[in-house]
Amino acid sequence: MTTESKFEARTVTALVEDRPGVLARIAGLCRRRGLNIASLAVGRSEQAGLSRLTFVLEGPPGVVNQCAAQLERLVNVIDATDITNKNHIWRELALVKVGTSTDTRVEVLELSRVFRANVIDIGVDSVTLELTGGREKIDSMITLLDRFGIKEVMRTGRVAVLRGTLFEGEEDGQFQSSRKWANGLPHEYHVTPGVSGSV
Amino acid sequence: MVPRDPNLVLPDNEDEIFYLGQETNINMGKTLTGGDIACEALLNEGVDIVFGLPGGAILPLYGVLSRYPQLRHVLVRHEQGAAHAADGYARASGRVGVAFATSGPGATNLITGLATAMMDSVPIVAITGQVGRAAIGSDAFQETDITGATLPVTKHNYLVTRVEDVGPTVHEAFHIARTGRPGPVLIDIPKDVMQEEGTYDYERDRQIKLPGYRIPTTAPEDQIDAAVKLINEAERPVFLAGHGVIISRAFDKLKELAEKAQIPVVTTLLGISGFPENHPLHVGFPGMHGEAYASLALDDSDLIISAGSRFDDRIVGNVNEFATRSKKIHIDIDPAEINKSVQVDAAVVGNLKHVLGQMIPKAERKSRPEWIRHVEQLKTDHPSLHIPETGNLSGQHVVRGLSNITKGNAIICTGVGQHQMWAAQHYKFTQPNSWLCSGGLGTMGYEVPSAIGAQMAMPEALVWSICGDGGFQMTMMELATAVENRLPVKYAILNNNHLGMITQWQELFYMGDTQADAYTANPDFVKLAEAFGMKGMRVEEIDDVESAIEEANAHPGPVIVDFVIEKVEHVYPMIPAGGSIQDLMEDTRV
Repeated sequence: MTTESKFEARTVTALVEDRPGVLARIAGLCRRRGLNIASLAVGRSEQAGLSRLTFVLEGPPGVVNQCAAQLERLVNVIDATDITNKNHIWRELALVKVGTSTDTRVEVLELSRVFRANVIDIGVDSVTLELTGGREKIDSMITLLDRFGIKEVMRTGRVAVLRGTLFEGEEDGQFQSSRKWANGLPHEYHVTPGVSGSV
Repeated sequence: MVPRDPNLVLPDNEDEIFYLGQETNINMGKTLTGGDIACEALLNEGVDIVFGLPGGAILPLYGVLSRYPQLRHVLVRHEQGAAHAADGYARASGRVGVAFATSGPGATNLITGLATAMMDSVPIVAITGQVGRAAIGSDAFQETDITGATLPVTKHNYLVTRVEDVGPTVHEAFHIARTGRPGPVLIDIPKDVMQEEGTYDYERDRQIKLPGYRIPTTAPEDQIDAAVKLINEAERPVFLAGHGVIISRAFDKLKELAEKAQIPVVTTLLGISGFPENHPLHVGFPGMHGEAYASLALDDSDLIISAGSRFDDRIVGNVNEFATRSKKIHIDIDPAEINKSVQVDAAVVGNLKHVLGQMIPKAERKSRPEWIRHVEQLKTDHPSLHIPETGNLSGQHVVRGLSNITKGNAIICTGVGQHQMWAAQHYKFTQPNSWLCSGGLGTMGYEVPSAIGAQMAMPEALVWSICGDGGFQMTMMELATAVENRLPVKYAILNNNHLGMITQWQELFYMGDTQADAYTANPDFVKLAEAFGMKGMRVEEIDDVESAIEEANAHPGPVIVDFVIEKVEHVYPMIPAGGSIQDLMEDTRV
């Protein structure tokens, strides 16, 4: 494997024990294997004492493909799943503080309406917007807001869940492309793995 | 010779593991210090020997040790020695080795030993003292963040911050160390936690709740079926049997399946002694310095069954050119090893002993006479173990002599380098689990303390440590430990006044620029032995090798034999790092 080899990104979710040092173990493992943590979101899960993580890891294909298995070796990791190739939905959140004047405020608010962003704060010379969605959507809005003068952008990591199955008794996260749908819906429905984030 | 108990390690069920303990629950419910609780828990885990060296932060634990005479403390001279001795004890006995060290430098000195155990999947529990809780993070005297420092070299580690966690943590640590893929676990206990009072209750504290920790046992039947199908269809199958055979005590099962399906067995470096070397299906070990015929057998096969091995880079070399004509089955207890280096056709995740047991009834009985003949022909065409007759004493002569005199029955410990490779090549192991060497990490100096640990685990066994003069001088202070504990370990120094393997690499790959690898002022090892209170001998002639070994064996105490060998001698065969079978270099002097 050459050092030039192309990096690949994988989305991994993990259920881990909610105690000090667990994130350090995970981060240490990623560092040892030469993986970059491109995004990370951690929060308490629905189960007491357990947290759920979503991260996007970047690294050489042969290494990054192994990351879920490597993570599962950690004693404090209950479960780690590479969901990149599964049918999943994901969201990121951004808070964007954009400079406004009396001339531009209306235009910014109009833009926020189109993007379905929430206005969560207004100051004398700024507006703060909260936007949820896929990366492309957030990138687009930030690009459009740029000419008004962005004062601050704060973005979260990605959070992801597997899509629920449409058919009883089947696992979540399956692609339904080959199925005959109940009411004659498109049978060639196709989702490109990993880019089903936009609303 | 006491035969090693093949069932001692990794019993199939949990109750059996705990039964190993000494059931010293007499202090249940009494108020005890954290140090007492740690000792109680150790006793209940069946610990009888602890290797360690005291210091300020661990003194509260040492302060109560005398109350537990069943815990024999072996004072080492350097904490690295404690970790390696615990490692040697663990490998030889199949039980968990235990090391104590104090905070700061004591703890950091363990790291090489922990890393060695981690790479070779050896169960060790290390207990380190830590500065008091109030001082943690203040850069206090002898403070090191040892849980942070050992994260990458332990299977798991703990910083215990409450006295009520001491007992459960010790039990959990032993459970993690010895189950699944074994490995080292470190427990860091602050000084004041060891002094604080609490209670110990075996039944309460052994309740282990590890939701994220799974121990593979048997493998799913579909994995077994897919693998067995490949075995039954194969014409030229070969086993690549690794350390997992030894760790899971799968010797008999491996032999049974190999004989039933007539599959030649190549062992990895750490798999050596997992399959009897006098067995007709035994082929040797492959890879960088393995026997050429073993590497060629892998290359000529149409199916490689990796059993408890991890396709290490010293075997595989160039991944893209490794055994391109064969399919691969990978049996491993650690799912993270599957497809890590070599992409396989069938993966089986489980405890090797159980997995082989599942496979045996499904595998067809075969004879494969052509393939067996072919492998035999490889052995004839590539006489890798021929010793060039220059008239001078070489490392190979020493190992050959040891093998002859001990009839392949001794426990052999080595570090890393030429001496290790000659030992692996020329010693004919007949006893399961009698080969202890630092394979994965390649730790110079492992050979001296690990032999001490092995001898303590197997008091009746004959333990020979085969050393290089370089590695020997890294840990030779532990000879005092051997003498102090009246351990009859025999040290054979293959003394060429060089870092031999480094010289070899420099000559072969670095234009002969042999900088900084000659030891021009080695000590007189005979006098050194005498200084330590040991017997010392020197051998310079081929003819004197066997008589010296016999004399050493007859001596009741520890012995150093300084074998003055050829200064510059290469280990062959050799496949350079990252190379393939096409790059095989054989000894042309044959």
